[in-house]
Amino acid sequence: MATAAIEIENLTKDYPTGFWRKRMRRSLDHLSLRVEEGEVFGFLGPNGAGKTTTLKLLMRLIFPTEGTARIRGRSIDDVSMHAEIGYLPEQPYFYDHLTARELLDYYARFSGFGRAERKRRVTRYLELVGIAAAADVQLRKFSKGMLQRVGIAQAILHEPKVIFLDEPMSGLDPIGRREVRDVILDLKRQGRTVFFSTHILSDAEMLCDRVAVLVGGKLQGTGAPGEIVAIDVQAMEVFFEMPDGSSVPGALAQQATQTGARYRIEVGEAGLYASLDRLRDAGARILSVTPVRPTLEEYFLQLVGREGAAPHAVEVVTR
Amino acid sequence: MSVMPGVVAINTFREAVRDRVLYNLVFFGLMMMGAAILVGQVSIGINRLVIINLGLSAISVIGLVMAVFIGVGLIYREMEKRTLYSLLARPVRRWEFLAGKYAGLLLTLLVNTSFMTIGLAVALYYVGRPFVRADLTALVAIYFILLELALVTAIALFFSCFSSPMLSTLFTLAVYVTGIFAGDIRDFGALTKSPAVQAFTRVLYYLVPNFHNFNAIAAAGHGERVPLALIWQNTLYAIVYASVVLVAASAVFGRRNLK
Repeated sequence: MATAAIEIENLTKDYPTGFWRKRMRRSLDHLSLRVEEGEVFGFLGPNGAGKTTTLKLLMRLIFPTEGTARIRGRSIDDVSMHAEIGYLPEQPYFYDHLTARELLDYYARFSGFGRAERKRRVTRYLELVGIAAAADVQLRKFSKGMLQRVGIAQAILHEPKVIFLDEPMSGLDPIGRREVRDVILDLKRQGRTVFFSTHILSDAEMLCDRVAVLVGGKLQGTGAPGEIVAIDVQAMEVFFEMPDGSSVPGALAQQATQTGARYRIEVGEAGLYASLDRLRDAGARILSVTPVRPTLEEYFLQLVGREGAAPHAVEVVTR
Repeated sequence: MSVMPGVVAINTFREAVRDRVLYNLVFFGLMMMGAAILVGQVSIGINRLVIINLGLSAISVIGLVMAVFIGVGLIYREMEKRTLYSLLARPVRRWEFLAGKYAGLLLTLLVNTSFMTIGLAVALYYVGRPFVRADLTALVAIYFILLELALVTAIALFFSCFSSPMLSTLFTLAVYVTGIFAGDIRDFGALTKSPAVQAFTRVLYYLVPNFHNFNAIAAAGHGERVPLALIWQNTLYAIVYASVVLVAASAVFGRRNLK
């Protein structure tokens, strides 16, 4: 059996709570996972599910109560192994007295690159994440989205084999999100393993070979996005405009909601074409037709309801 | 040898410079200029004594304020702002990070003290006499101040690993003040009849750093020679004590779960 990119075995994290710190709050409950080399792996879950805890455990920022993990066959306690990984923390914050160029140069030094190599990489990755124009601006003047881009650049600057991204799309505008998606796909093409946590189901669908769903610190399942998250189309949403003096035809008028000159209706997938024909016959201009799917939040709520689990941290046990 | 602490140290120094920490030099420069002009007019024969006492005291106090107030935030700020997350995910050991932060602040203090030493030399020159061999004692006093600052920084860094800057400041200053009076505390214990108090003051005497031995300002003012043995003793003492404190800090920080 080939060595996995990431192997997690029974990883558990309890935090002491209360004044005497005798009660324990379980943030992660015996998580076991295996991510293969070259996979893009999505780690899904609502807030407080234990996603960030898992990533912090893997980065040895916190220490497990129980369990172990290996990356490319080497223990996470092996510091030299960390040369092969990249990490973007959630809502990253960097030394704001440095410029983006200086920060990347600083991180590149930890990988042992010489001056010329550092300069080449820094320039290349600043361009890749779209902040070359602001390369010499101090980070204290950066917006959240720009910091996120710097964060992605520092995570991949040393061309690691396994990249961990904690909510990489957070704080980005639609263009930025598309660019990050492109970066992740590019990393996949280069054969790198990407492990990222997200709330955004469409990102997971679009990018991931496999996903894992975590709720209340417990793994609910792993598999291909379509398998693990049953995301059936609930309805079709149609936006349209009517010509001056015309009204929405027949039964559709009752369900249409108007905003300015625009109308919106939701129809079943089976009745979509009939509704579109009726609208066209009445002279309507169709603006958009979009499938309506449950949001990730709704999906998690369903899951929580089904499993009877708390959506976020979770079990309280006495020491 | 690992280059990681060096990389962290340079960044710590750069951060201090860009946060305008060295602006205190302007204050020091103005004070020395004012003092030099003033003593030149009012004091006859004791110009040197006044300038050296004033200059060395200012170097010591400014250095102490910097060591405590920057030192207590060195690790805490990194944890609070989470700037060390992406750093510790790299092949950097926690003790290397800690050593780098410590070395960075020491470098800042060294540069700051060097500029203040130049300011003191200029003021001494201005008050009108050539440098004499006895002035070298002032350099020894400055060296002792640097050793003292290295100790204070290590203590502040230690507290910074597990408590807030406010508490760390209180703890560090408490250790510093106790350290200045360590000898008096031991003598006080010896005067009492209680074996418990005697034992307690003796333990305290050996536990806290003895800062009293690092004060050579009065000797410098009067141009007295500082014994070479004391220089060696203080150097060794500061290195061993700071190393022990840093190892303790590393043990605490090495096991710490970051928020």
